[in-house]
Amino acid sequence: MSNLFDLLIAGLATGAIYALVAVGFTLLWQTSQTINFAQGEFVMLPAFLMLAAMHAGAPFWLAIIIGILLSMILLGLAFKMLLVDPMLRHGVLPLAIATMALAIGMKEAVKQFFSAEASPFPSIVPTNDIAVLGHVVSLQSLGVFVVAILAVVGLTALLNRTSLGHQMQAAAQNPTVARIIGVPVERMILLTFLINAVLVALASLLITPIYLAKFSSGEVLGQAAFIAAIVGGFNQVRGAIAGGLLIGVLDNLSAAYVSTQYRAAVPMIFLIVVILFRPQGLLGRSEERTV
Amino acid sequence: MSANARYLRLAAGLVVIAALIVTPVNFNRYGLFILSQWAVMTIAAMGLNLTLGYAGQVSLAQGAFVGVGAYASAILTTQGWPLPAALLVSILASFAIGWLLGYPALRVQHHYLAFVTLAFSTLAFLVFRNESWLTGGIYGISNIPRPHIFGFATNKPLPFYYLCLGSLAIVSLAVWWLIRSPWGRAFMALRENPLRAQSLGVDTRRYTLMAFAIGSALGGVAGGLYAPLTQYIDPVPFNLSLSLDLLMMVIVGGAGFFFGPFLGAMIAVLLPEWLRFTQGYYLMLYAVAVILLLIWSPTGILGILDRFLANRRTKAASALRAVSKSRLETVQ
Repeated sequence: MSNLFDLLIAGLATGAIYALVAVGFTLLWQTSQTINFAQGEFVMLPAFLMLAAMHAGAPFWLAIIIGILLSMILLGLAFKMLLVDPMLRHGVLPLAIATMALAIGMKEAVKQFFSAEASPFPSIVPTNDIAVLGHVVSLQSLGVFVVAILAVVGLTALLNRTSLGHQMQAAAQNPTVARIIGVPVERMILLTFLINAVLVALASLLITPIYLAKFSSGEVLGQAAFIAAIVGGFNQVRGAIAGGLLIGVLDNLSAAYVSTQYRAAVPMIFLIVVILFRPQGLLGRSEERTV
Repeated sequence: MSANARYLRLAAGLVVIAALIVTPVNFNRYGLFILSQWAVMTIAAMGLNLTLGYAGQVSLAQGAFVGVGAYASAILTTQGWPLPAALLVSILASFAIGWLLGYPALRVQHHYLAFVTLAFSTLAFLVFRNESWLTGGIYGISNIPRPHIFGFATNKPLPFYYLCLGSLAIVSLAVWWLIRSPWGRAFMALRENPLRAQSLGVDTRRYTLMAFAIGSALGGVAGGLYAPLTQYIDPVPFNLSLSLDLLMMVIVGGAGFFFGPFLGAMIAVLLPEWLRFTQGYYLMLYAVAVILLLIWSPTGILGILDRFLANRRTKAASALRAVSKSRLETVQ
């Protein structure tokens, strides 16, 4: 029983990180039909930006700020201006392929300019264990979970409670009408790219202390976030959150109770079943088909 | 003019074929390996081009079918089967699995279909890695023999390259014939407008499944040749990134163009080799090149050519129109 409890906590912690990444993923899809195959690499890069800042002599807190700012510039602004904007009118598939190429380029760049080896990364939450209700709980898991959930709750509040959030939603749901009623659609789209950049930087900050900073670490993470987004509902922020938590828990439980070899298979099979029987995702709206 | 163009095209084709046969005679081992790899990847990309470019069904699983074909061929030839028989099993296995993978395509389309096939790709990788009784697990299968074809041993790199090239020729002819047959037209109808195709009496269900099955079978052929080419296989080359690479080849070359996969595979296999003098930077440059190309022409390299030709044709046509109009006016 205590084993199950530990697994749930660890699962929720990784799941919360998946949720962060998946939310960013769905935001990009909603506002600009971008299926970002480089989303995992987007999570990998900020850790290296922060490490580079620390190597240059910055203290950890400053390195975090530099890392987040740089990822907003590179993964938000530059990604939108240089890659998404010129390709958007060509349709979903060429853009998706371009992000695949971007993923290769980012991995190689980090390997070449930084290191092919895994580097340790300091944790922003304490790493010792504490006892809760007679269970030994890793404070790191708990801290990661709390920080990630706070970020997601904050974002949801921004989207649902503020005028800015409503404008963003309007821009995503119907750009033409939004433009007519005076929403600065272009600025809103740019804002979602910046929010995605902050989310992946945060995810990077939370997950890298656990799995080390490595150029290839984005592959697994990107795929997990991808699955989380689809399972939860590709066009819904709350769907991505639920999907992230679900995939995190499912992943940890299947490692313990199914088999370590096939742990990666369980989320995949789950994904196939969800797509076949509820393609809009567990919490998503269905997209209308046009002739 | 059009007859001239046809002769010109025929002559260009013959020159390319002759170059592919003659030039590599003096190549070293590695050069021949890369060229053989190009031929094998072209076959796999042609399969995906059928599924995606002609029938419009997005698949992120072509790499998995290359894996299925490679494992079938490796397991059987190390058991003493001749390669042609093993290839037949590769084709049948990937055809059958491809057919099954087509069923989700009957329910969902576009990006959802891409996700299902992506999940399948990962599942296939896990099976290759974990079922060690069959696939040798992470240790893979080594000492895969190269075949004797009509009494010729293909152990040396050059004869094996010719085997790959010959297979590529056979596959190309088969695909050429297929896309010109009613089947090819049905595939294209499926891509352009499935509802209209159905209302015109095209059995969309059957053709969707067929598009997947035939495309996957070609992936199986490529895999069946890949195993004796490398003579050692393990699960790593058949992970998701191979599927993504193949998809990139098809799009970069030009999806829905017959020669697209040839060019796409050339860029994906040969360009990194040509860029090797830049040392650690070559894959980065490759990625940048792909992105720039797609920004410039999302329909790939052949898309550029196609637009250029279409432009010239409209110009020529409007010139003809102007001439005939002025003639009409002088008659009046």
